[in-house]
Amino acid sequence: MDTENVPLSLLRPGERAHVVDLALNGLLRRRILDLGIVPGTALTCIGRAPAGDPIAYLVRGTVIALRSEDAIGIRVNPSLDKNMLG
Amino acid sequence: MTSLNSTDPLLRIYKDAEILRASSGKPLADRVVTDIFTYSEKLAGQVVQRENIGQVEWRERIDRIVISRVFGYPLMLILLGLVFWITIEGANTPSQMIATALFAFQDVLTGVFNALGAPVWLHGLLVLGMYRTLAWVIAVMLPPMAIFFPLFTLLEDLGFLPRVAFNMDNLFKRAKACGKQCLTMCMGFGCNAAGVVSTRIIDSPRERLIAILTNNFVPCNGRFPTLIAIASIFMTSAVALSQSLVAAGFVTLLVLIGISTTFMVSWGLSKTLLKGEPSSLILELPPYRRPKIGAVLYRSIIDRTIFVLRRAIVVAAPAGAATWILANVHVGQLSILGHIAGFLDPFAQVLGLDGFILMAFILGIPANEIVIPVLLMSYLATGQLTEFTSLMELREILVSNGWTWLTAFNTMLFALLHWPCATTLMSMYHETGSKKWTALGFIIPTLIAVSVCFGVAQIVFLLGLA
Amino acid sequence: MELKIGDHTEALSNKGRVGFENFGINVAKDQFVIALAGNPNVGKSTVFNSLTGLHQHTGNWPGKTVDNAQGTFTYRGKQFLLVDLPGTYSILAHSVEEEIARDFICFGQPDVTVVVLDATSLERNLNLALQIMEITSRIVVCVNLMDEARKKRITIDFPTLEKELGVPVVATAARNGEGLDKLQQAIFKIAVEKQPTEPKQIVYSDEVEKIIRILQGKIEEVGMAEIINPRWLALRLLDSDPTFVESIGRYLNLYKRNQMIHAKGERVAL
Repeated sequence: MDTENVPLSLLRPGERAHVVDLALNGLLRRRILDLGIVPGTALTCIGRAPAGDPIAYLVRGTVIALRSEDAIGIRVNPSLDKNMLG
Repeated sequence: MTSLNSTDPLLRIYKDAEILRASSGKPLADRVVTDIFTYSEKLAGQVVQRENIGQVEWRERIDRIVISRVFGYPLMLILLGLVFWITIEGANTPSQMIATALFAFQDVLTGVFNALGAPVWLHGLLVLGMYRTLAWVIAVMLPPMAIFFPLFTLLEDLGFLPRVAFNMDNLFKRAKACGKQCLTMCMGFGCNAAGVVSTRIIDSPRERLIAILTNNFVPCNGRFPTLIAIASIFMTSAVALSQSLVAAGFVTLLVLIGISTTFMVSWGLSKTLLKGEPSSLILELPPYRRPKIGAVLYRSIIDRTIFVLRRAIVVAAPAGAATWILANVHVGQLSILGHIAGFLDPFAQVLGLDGFILMAFILGIPANEIVIPVLLMSYLATGQLTEFTSLMELREILVSNGWTWLTAFNTMLFALLHWPCATTLMSMYHETGSKKWTALGFIIPTLIAVSVCFGVAQIVFLLGLA
Repeated sequence: MELKIGDHTEALSNKGRVGFENFGINVAKDQFVIALAGNPNVGKSTVFNSLTGLHQHTGNWPGKTVDNAQGTFTYRGKQFLLVDLPGTYSILAHSVEEEIARDFICFGQPDVTVVVLDATSLERNLNLALQIMEITSRIVVCVNLMDEARKKRITIDFPTLEKELGVPVVATAARNGEGLDKLQQAIFKIAVEKQPTEPKQIVYSDEVEKIIRILQGKIEEVGMAEIINPRWLALRLLDSDPTFVESIGRYLNLYKRNQMIHAKGERVAL
């Protein structure tokens, strides 16, 4: 069950993961934190825009879209649990 | 920390805090936020009960289609065309009705003037100039606006617009602009001044400026009817399809040209005047909501009606009066209007237009709505508008003044791309606080409009197509 | 992580409150000032519009290109001035909107702050309410969009929520006018009747608490504890937002000046 940590941008639509840490700086980091994307948070990848970017994620009951070059800084651990929250 | 002097106790403690923070290794500020979220998650877990979301909601189904690779772009295009078509088709009958009513009332006014024995020039100025323009603008502008705005508000309420920004963000990123610019362009469809103000949703000043300077390339409600009118008058005669459909098709085409111009100019600005790297995008996609259709329509229609009427009275009427004066005061053989048009004509011809058209656009700086009325008024040697009875009649006027399909097309292009109206320029100044950027906001569209029209005209002339 | 109902004093004492005119707000005599805060997209404007109707106008926050909407309403014979703060996700981050909201609540010290939350995403929204609860105890939590929550079959245990938070919690669906009367009632109780509340104070992880204790000690040493809640100041110093600390510095200077000026009976601008 234990898989390696991957960048968030690699998550495919429908896949779920937990945040491990944030390799981001400055304003983007604060914004991400304020949205509740902190270590331990569960996320689900909802889908990608037609061009492949940005990517929509479901986190804490809200859908947020991020560009892949920003999502790449968020490291996650893909989880296989059936937890429906997040 | 320049405002605190060095012996200030607060500054000392701040420095202590810095040291403590550095010594702790991991970013403490993050820990603070994380702890708050841990608690709020726990509390929410305690008090919120969600029913098993096993079934896929209708919202998610819609989203799957809206952002899908296959359907995403075509869907947005169709929706755009549909909105225009509904506006055009729906505005037809009300326009006729209002026109009939208002022009009938004009006869009443004329009767009054006659009865009072008023001088001819006064009647001309007030009734034929001022009132007629007012009536024209109301009849032509009010119905489309009263349909378009509510439609757009509905889409907004529905939560659809962030999806559009989501789909289009990639293109904006290539132009080194912000995906939210898409939302400001949507506002610009209603009114460019409002579009400029709405750029406040963009955090990065550089990207905000790009959005402000390019908002003009999206035609506002004051220019739509111009596009619709020309498309309806000139472009439809040859085609057997429904007139509204063709007009909608042309308007959609022009809007697409406007959108492409926005991208190109944004890209150009990012490479030259406004260099920089794109900032990060965090876009929230709120859940679709069923809008309260009745309430929205009601509120929106009333809002728009008041807005159009007010502008018509404050801007269109005086403009009509002014145009009548210019058209009926003669210096030598020609009216003042004729002189100005004659002066502008050589330059205008090179652009595929004529002096009267260019003059009408210039006179339309206060408000784009008056461009067509002013143009028609100047074409008619008597300097007064005919009644808005049939498109064929209007077509005749244009053709007899030398219009070809190129003239029509280029006039539409110019209407799409030219300088912003006075209100928009004022908003630009208010939002940027800079004369320089406002001036650029005037110059850039003008240069583009002139070059594009020039290019199209010269190519067409070269190929002998018109 | 344990939570306790600590003894809570306001973040900044209101002896040195900054006049509302500095925020571009003119308060009439006997008017109570209510701040309206909340995340973007939670129906805050609907709440605002429902309460104030046509008695509202929009302007700018001084020196910023951010909208400032104010409106009034009357309830049980008292006049209330409702100030719509920009929608923000938190009070900690560094955007202009968040700065404005934070400065107004901290320094302006409205009579009541209403925090509007989205019933369908409480997990995320609670964060802002908790942060504001650290600044002031004069707070009403408004859980809006209840109609949406019902559609999504989400139920919320309000009694427990209220007990846990220690402040009044009102459920509303502003679009339908639901719960607005209760909201006004809650506002009235705190503003006019000065009903006390006991907002839950978050206890942070050990690492953080340790540092807070150290800083708190230093703050009390220099005698600032009289006008600033030392725990709150310690937390803000840890946030490392220098512009905010500067604002606090200016506020402290103002307070000192105010102390002198109050003797002469004048008001001083920031």
